[in-house]
This record gives sequence, structure tokens and C-alpha cells, in this order.
Amino acid sequence: MAKVTIDGQTIEVADGTTILNAARQIGGELVPPAMCYYSSLKGSGGKCRTCLVRVTKGSEKDPRPMPKLVASCQTMVMDGMEVASKSDSTVTEARAAVTEFLLINHPLDCPICDQAGECHLQDLAFEHGKSSTRYEFERRTFEKIDIGPYIKLHMTRCIMCFRCVFVANQLTEQRVHGIINRGDHAEISTYIEKAIDNDFSGNVIDVCPVGALTDRTFRFKSRVWFLNPMDVHRDCENEKCSGKAVAWMYGGEIYRVTARKDKYGEVHEFICNTCRFEKKDKSDWVIEGARDLDRHSVISQNHYEHGELTVR
Amino acid sequence: MARKLLLEHAQVEGINTYEVYRKNGGYRSVEKALKTMSPDEVVEEVKKSGLRGRGGAGFPTGMKWSFLAKPEGVPRYLVCNADESEPGTFKDRYLMEKIPHLLIEGMITSSYALGANTSYIYIRGEYSWILFILERAIAEAYKAGWLGKNILGSGYDLDLHVNIGGGAYICGEETALIESLEGKRGNPRIKPPFPAVKGLWQSPTVVNNVETIAAVVPIVNDGGDEYAKIGIGKSTGTKLISASGNINKPGVYEIEMNITVEEFIYSDQWCGGIKNGKKLKACVPGGSSVPILPHFLVCKTAAGEDRMMTYESLSDGGFATGSMLGSGGFIVYDETQCIVRNTWNFARFYAHESCGQCSPCREGTGWMEKVLHRMENGAGKMSDIDLLNDVAKKIEGNTICPLGDAAAWPVSAAIRHFREEFEWHVNEPRACLERNYGLIGEKVAATL
Repeated sequence: MAKVTIDGQTIEVADGTTILNAARQIGGELVPPAMCYYSSLKGSGGKCRTCLVRVTKGSEKDPRPMPKLVASCQTMVMDGMEVASKSDSTVTEARAAVTEFLLINHPLDCPICDQAGECHLQDLAFEHGKSSTRYEFERRTFEKIDIGPYIKLHMTRCIMCFRCVFVANQLTEQRVHGIINRGDHAEISTYIEKAIDNDFSGNVIDVCPVGALTDRTFRFKSRVWFLNPMDVHRDCENEKCSGKAVAWMYGGEIYRVTARKDKYGEVHEFICNTCRFEKKDKSDWVIEGARDLDRHSVISQNHYEHGELTVR
Repeated sequence: MARKLLLEHAQVEGINTYEVYRKNGGYRSVEKALKTMSPDEVVEEVKKSGLRGRGGAGFPTGMKWSFLAKPEGVPRYLVCNADESEPGTFKDRYLMEKIPHLLIEGMITSSYALGANTSYIYIRGEYSWILFILERAIAEAYKAGWLGKNILGSGYDLDLHVNIGGGAYICGEETALIESLEGKRGNPRIKPPFPAVKGLWQSPTVVNNVETIAAVVPIVNDGGDEYAKIGIGKSTGTKLISASGNINKPGVYEIEMNITVEEFIYSDQWCGGIKNGKKLKACVPGGSSVPILPHFLVCKTAAGEDRMMTYESLSDGGFATGSMLGSGGFIVYDETQCIVRNTWNFARFYAHESCGQCSPCREGTGWMEKVLHRMENGAGKMSDIDLLNDVAKKIEGNTICPLGDAAAWPVSAAIRHFREEFEWHVNEPRACLERNYGLIGEKVAATL
């Protein structure tokens, strides 16, 4: 066990826990934002740099502070470590800088984006962004791509978190998509726009923090905050599929099906494409009850159980 | 005449062939190491020599070697980083082209010291012809019994492979190089774990520059103490410098690290002074990633002492008034050169070569390039100068690998030392276009 202090709050966590996960165990405002780290995907994280924190004391044995800000999702806690997250102005400045970098080539087309309301970049910009931009050049754009019948890839919105590549690597049988090109012209692509033909490909939509990968069966049907999320389950024939999902309903009609996300937007039990895209009838599912959305985002606003606490 | 340890026989006819190389004392270090020394003794000699990594960071090689984890039953690897892509640096190219056997000899001796039975040379994609030079030399070494099973009857086996990259600058970063060598996309890994613990194929790996590995040969031949006698303080031995720019004699020079920068630029033995009798304006002493130095800080430090060609002296004063020896890519600018244009050129390079993995570098390098491009083309604004400084500051230190720092340093250093020239670009766009491109009377676009 290791004792770690984050923004003055001490917690004891198992050895090998990252600073980010230790912070999540404490919870609250000090939890660093994470755009690319995804706990159920091995190897994810370290890329977006929004979760930077300052380690002010390395450990009990070696109390030297770390010279640079570190990515909290990749740095393991040490016994006696002291970390400054939101309390340190250099950390918040660095996060604001990363937010600015992520936004300079983002289209900011939230009014027509399906992800709006449950977008992590929106939340990040709300917390760390500025009201104006210093970027005065044409933004990078890409053609929209249909990846198979169910998924739309809108690369212009992508922030290169690599999560969907990890999904393809770890959940699906055969990876047909990855990164091509380099630098700010790098893009997610299926080689020669080949359709992702796989039972679990739909999960790339759930892991995408922005609106780069969207559900073609749901696109432009409704704003997410008008829908009522219901916990549902069914006996899925696919043994790898958990069968546990959230049906987003309005007036008794299922508009879309997603996997169940925790308060950090992470899915731990993935679902198959049949459940996600083809079971849109109420009779397909056993309805457990309304889903409690514990997330500080627009999506929670219509759910009165959190009241004004969710608005900051 | 200064002592040459690496390039001593570079001009001998046919030195690229095994017979001539052997006749000139080649492969002596392998004989000495395998027959009379234990691997740890070789590491000890390298430690004594004070040899520092010649790829840019200047980390003590002996220390790097001693960090190598040695778990039972796991192979260890030595990888030679021949992905020399830093603008202004071409020393490894010269060394591999002229004396390929020196690198191979160094690889054998170093691999023996580290206990590696398979070693790789990762060469950059653009050096396609050197691939054939090395492969031929390796075939000769195999034939002569210096590579393969049971070398010199010592029971030590070594296989040496050359692997060619796809031409990405980022693959010169050691973890990206390892990824690329494994056949993956060359994205730097997140450290820790460091390659010394988990490198190639998740095994302990040492990645060293070509020149570092070549320097092991004279260290083993003459002893580490002898090597450490050359140079000043912690900068021991000889260093290959790739001199380029507005000088009379550009080329690769092997220097002992005890001469002054002034001597190096103006002496006929080295660069031979500034071309066409012009005046020195600035100098980048260690390849494009290091901060640029204005003329008054090139030959003297801020404290007024002579600046030497050593790691310490070149970085004297920190980044405020100093720079770095880096990889030894010594670029000299005369008074007619434009610093803004040069900075834009560097920024364009880094924007093109950023791997796109982490946000600050991916977006920031492209942003800096666009702002500098606009400024160089006469549409800059006064606020752009501070913007550039701010963007550079926000990239620096916040990225996975040092490419972000390497992109940020030249921009912030150019603004620090040549702010007036940036302001002149904003205030007199026509005059600067005329000077840089001779475009007198051309219509300047108001926005770009």
C-alpha cells in the first residue's frame, strides 16, 4: 500500500496505482481531466496531456520533486508522494494550454454535433478554455468517411486520443484501422476506407471522447439531453457481449443504445453491434429502470436528482 | 595537428574494405576485449573514459551501460542509432560512408561489454546507399570471423543486422526507434519504463549513437584513462563536428574538446573563417534543436570568458545566454542571413516531423510554423512575437518525448536574441522581402 496526498487530501492505495486512479478514488474537483486515458483499454493514456499534475514530493524515501509536470494517468504513486492538481497554477495553466492546442484545429461545430452534451472536449473547454481564440489560420479539415453501415468517421473533430485504435486492437478480431500520416495532419483511417466488419466495432463510438466517431443509426435524430437513459439488459447470443446497455428513450421509443459508462465516461462492459445497432425495439430489452448519470456535463442537466449541483 | 581517434585513417585509399582496414590496425579492440578482458572490464574502461553520448543529450555512456538490467534468461540488445536526421548534422554519415568497419568493430566490442548476442544498426531511410556499404562490410566481417558463432574462439556469439527506417526524424528518439525496429509505427513510448529495463521486444536494450559506439574502439585500444586525458573537465575525448553554413571550409571535423569556438570558426585548420569576408551574425552550435547564439555570445560567454567547444562551455549561462553542444551540427550564419526565415525553416521541419501522438507538439508545432510563415511573408503582426514565445513555452516540457522541446527551443531562443529582427519583419515587410528574396515592387498579400 502507498500513501499519497493529492491537493492536501490523503488516501492509501494499492501499489502500482496511477496518480489519476488514486485521485479518482478520492473524487471531486481534484480529479485530473483525461481525454485519452481509458481504464479498460490496455496501453491507453499519456497522449492528450490534459491530466498533467505536479509532483511536489517524490516519495518518502526520495522526497525530491519531479522536475517537470507529469501525466497522472501514466505515473505510479509512491509511498509518501505529494501531488498538486487543481491547486497549482502551473498545472491549471498547462491544462489550459493543452485545451487551447486541442481546440485550434477542432471545428467547434457543437450545434450540429451529435456528441454535444456528452462531449469530453466540451466539458474540458468549459472548465479550462478561453472565450476567444488566438488561432487565425484555416483549420485542418478532412472528408467524412462512412466506416461500414453503422459508423461515421468525422476526422475533422478528432483529437487523436488513439482510444478507438486500442478498441480495434483489443476487442475486435482483426484491426483494420489505425493512424496514417504524421503530426497535425495525422488521421485515423481504415486502410482504403475499408468497412470495419466486426461484431465489436461499435464500441469505438463509445470510447471516442469527441464527435469524431458517431452512430449512423442515431445521427441527427435527437439531442442527447432530451433523451431518457434507461438501464436495460438482454441475453445476447454473443458470449463476449455483456448484454448490459443503456437505452436512450423518448416517448417509449429507443433512439439509441450505448454501453454503460461510469462517471468518467468509461465503459467497462462492452456490447456487440447487434445489441447496439439492431435492437431498437422496446421488446428486445428488459428495462431495469432509469439510469443515474453522475457526470458533470450538459447531459446531466435534465435529471433533477442532481439539481443545481451539476451546474458549475 | 590535433589528434584524431576516429577519422585517423579516413583518407586511406580503400579503408572501406576489410583488408585495408585490418592492415591499419582494425579490429584490434575486439581482439583485446574478447581475449584479455571481461565484459565488465570493458564497461569499466568506458566509464573511466568519461565518454558522453554523442547523439545530442550528452549522457555519460558508461553510466547508461551500467543501468542496463540483467535479468536471467532474457536477451539483451544493443541498438546503434544511425537515424541521423537533425538538420545541420552529417557526421555519422561521413563516418559510415568512409570507415564502415569502425562502426562494426565498435558494435562488436560494445555488444560484448553489454552481453548482447544480437545487435542492430538502425539507419535512416534517406541513407539508402549507406545500407549497402554497411551490409557489405558486415558480410566481410562475418567472412573474416569477427561476427557469428564463437568469435575468436572465445565462446561469444554475435549477430549484427542493419535495419533501414522509413525516413522519419522521430525515429531518432530511442523509444520511437525501438518501436520502428519492432515493425510498428514509430511513436515514442511513454517513459518509464526506460529502454534499459524494457526496450526492444520488451528486453533490456541500450541505444547509442554511431559516434559513441565508434569511440569505444580507441577507448578499448588505448585505455579509458588515455582517452580521458583529451579534452577539458567532463568533456573528454574527440568530437565530430559537422560544420556548415557561411564558412570557407564546411565539412566534418574531428576536434579534441579543448579548442575555443573562435579558433574553430576562424582557424584555417577547421572552418577557415566566414565566407566572402563577411561578419558573423549567429551560430547554432549543436544541430537545429539547440538555441541559436548571437554573434557576441558565440566566441565569449556572458561572463566574458572564451567559449570552448565543450559540453559545459557551450551551455554556459543556461538558455538565457548559452546553448548546447548537442549532436555537433555547427551552423554558422553571416550578416546577410535572415533569422526569421531560418527559424521558420526549422519550425517547418518540426511541424512536418512531429509524430502527432501528443497534443502540445502535434498542434503547437503546426501553429508556430503557420505564424512564422506569415511573418516571413510580410503579413505578421506585432502580437505574433509574443504569441510564438507563449506557444513555445507551452509546448516545452509538456510532451512525451524531447521533440516538443527541440521544436520550442530554437523559436524561443531566436526571439530572445533577435527580437529586433522579428519586429523589423512586422514593421517593414517589404524591406525584408526585398532583402530575403529580392522581390522589389512585388505586391505583398495583406493576409495569408
